Amino acid sequence: MAISLTENAARHVRNFMAKRGKGVGLRVGVRTSGCSGMAYKLEFADEVAGDDLKFESCGVTVLVDPKSLPYVDGMELDYTREGLNEGFKFKNPNVKTECGCGESFGV
Amino acid sequence: MALLQISEPGLSTAPHEHRLAVGIDLGTTNSLVATVRNGISVVLNDADGRALLPSVVRYFADGSVQVGESAQAAQSEDPTNTILSVKRFMGRGLGDIGDISGSPYRFVDAPSTGQAPGMVQLRTAAGVKSPVEVSSEILKLLRARAEEALGGELVGAVITVPAYFDDAQRQATKDAARLAGINVLRLLNEPTAAAIAYGLDNAAEGVYAVYDLGGGTFDVSILKLSRGVFEVLATNGNSALGGDDFDHRIYCWLLEKNNLSALGASDTRLLLTRARAAKEELTEHDETRVTAILRSGEAIDTVLARRDFHAMSQNLVERTLQPVRRALRDAGLAVADIKGVVMVGGATRMPQVQRAVAEFFRQAPLTNLDPDKVVALGAAIQANVLAGNRSADDWLLLDVIPLSLGIETMGGLTEKIIPRNSTIPAARAQDFTTFKDGQTAMSVHVVQGERELVSDCRSLARFELRGIPPMVAGAARIRITFQVDADGLLSVSAREQGTGVEAHITVKPSYGLSDAEIARMLQDSSRHAQDDMQARALREHQVEANQLLEAVQNALEQDGAALLDDIGQARIRDGMDGLRAMLQTADHPAIKRAITQLNDATVAFAQARMDKSVSRALGGRKLTDLEV
Repeated sequence: MAISLTENAARHVRNFMAKRGKGVGLRVGVRTSGCSGMAYKLEFADEVAGDDLKFESCGVTVLVDPKSLPYVDGMELDYTREGLNEGFKFKNPNVKTECGCGESFGV
Repeated sequence: MALLQISEPGLSTAPHEHRLAVGIDLGTTNSLVATVRNGISVVLNDADGRALLPSVVRYFADGSVQVGESAQAAQSEDPTNTILSVKRFMGRGLGDIGDISGSPYRFVDAPSTGQAPGMVQLRTAAGVKSPVEVSSEILKLLRARAEEALGGELVGAVITVPAYFDDAQRQATKDAARLAGINVLRLLNEPTAAAIAYGLDNAAEGVYAVYDLGGGTFDVSILKLSRGVFEVLATNGNSALGGDDFDHRIYCWLLEKNNLSALGASDTRLLLTRARAAKEELTEHDETRVTAILRSGEAIDTVLARRDFHAMSQNLVERTLQPVRRALRDAGLAVADIKGVVMVGGATRMPQVQRAVAEFFRQAPLTNLDPDKVVALGAAIQANVLAGNRSADDWLLLDVIPLSLGIETMGGLTEKIIPRNSTIPAARAQDFTTFKDGQTAMSVHVVQGERELVSDCRSLARFELRGIPPMVAGAARIRITFQVDADGLLSVSAREQGTGVEAHITVKPSYGLSDAEIARMLQDSSRHAQDDMQARALREHQVEANQLLEAVQNALEQDGAALLDDIGQARIRDGMDGLRAMLQTADHPAIKRAITQLNDATVAFAQARMDKSVSRALGGRKLTDLEV
């Protein structure tokens, strides 16, 4: 049971957190989103909720609410650039049957 | 997938808007509509205060339609134009329905479209009607009731379906809603909806079983509730078993008791109505009196004791327990792991059902919500969330895929991409490659089932990926992606990673896979596990042997004369003949041995060929001379 960040993603998160000047970590979760399924939730966290699960990866504290955990467990958060766009991307480390959760969670 | 940015706390949820949404339980016997008002889920009654709308539609010669109570009242006098339990025909071909000799309807087998056999149709006074059209009449009435009660237009509805509904049946349900002018927010499995209704009202962590004996279907689901998360661990059921069957037992008993045979359609209807009333009566009373006057003028007046009813329906009750055992096994759980049992469906009011369930699970089942309403109440709660009226991350819902989905690979083998009981929505991708040198197209055959051989599974769709650049066998990377949306509908895509050429298909409703078939396929898969393993080994060795024979043949043609003497060539040819002979048998260990022999026979030849190609590059030195 874990969520991890690539070094690249962690560097960006640390950077963003420093610029923002406050916060206790990164909140990762999912939410229902209309009839098209689930969408990822990626937020700054200002406080730790009582039942949050806490993971440490590359110097970043990741908080996940227990309801979201089944959807994001084992995921790796990466930071990539695609053309002019750049941002975070969820990756499943399991190579053989790559889980396309990015797709299933797509809005 | 889109690239994400980090949001401020709380800002990544949808803005709060109030929109009208309902949950609809489109049942075999009765249908209901519910909504969340002031934070509480309530069933919407009609003007006369009735919650249950009988799922009965009557057609008239002038094209007009009657739905509900009035149609039900006419079932004895106009049986061929009064359609009951239409849900049983949704997404089914005539061949799926089974014995129709006792049915009063005039069935028309629709012409098949493409590979898929058509959905059965019914000839009525108002013309030929499909089950989708009949269902849409029920939905139209519920929609009108809801819009009147809520004072506005609906943004959408969550409609429940049995957990075992296949793609065709789900699609038919969606089509019926569309025909009724309803935007489907989501199709939701009935037991899951019941769990939502119970889970939110009586939230307690643990594993629960949902026992749903409706009018025409039986479903059981094993659900896990933990910290507000509903996870469906397993589902099972029998779509041809329900309260109607109990009525039918009483009906048969009435025929026997009164020495009746070959009744007309209206008499059959009359006695079935009386049988149902007797069944309901016996829930509260020890005996009931059945009276009826047949068309012939013959009067029936018979007393049925509860004890006799229980005896004649005992094996129906027992038949519900088989799927319960299978679901428990699928979930890897024992009876002792079940913390509570939720009862759904009017038929669970029968005391003998409650007693059997209590005995099986060694605990009294939960019955504190109305078993007729609990599914609609849960659907309404979900609709409310999906319409955006509540913070959507209050709770999440996991549903499962009833049968594994995969593709056919060389040798007619099944490669499962999404295993059975995976939670949905889901997407899985797997990479495949070409089998032959220079192969420029690939046929993708999508199958559903648990067996190892494609021929034992259900074929869902086929499509072709063309425009693969010619490469040596095994060099192309073709990613096959399976995606199952929140309604359980499947789309498949294939993409060659190098060039980006792509083909995809949305699995069209292929009417025909009945729930009984699903149950049979599941049973087959466990019964044939050993055979399947043998069959897979045989196919794999056959594929390997053919590949080897082709490679050796090519090599012999290119270099055989140059690098081998006659004896050497003859030895290899012998090995090939030996392998070809073995291929005719089904003896896979023998094929494996012949493969090994041929491999051994070609070692020196392969070495010589490698030397030859290396020497071309390295100017005449032998491989063995090189210091590596």
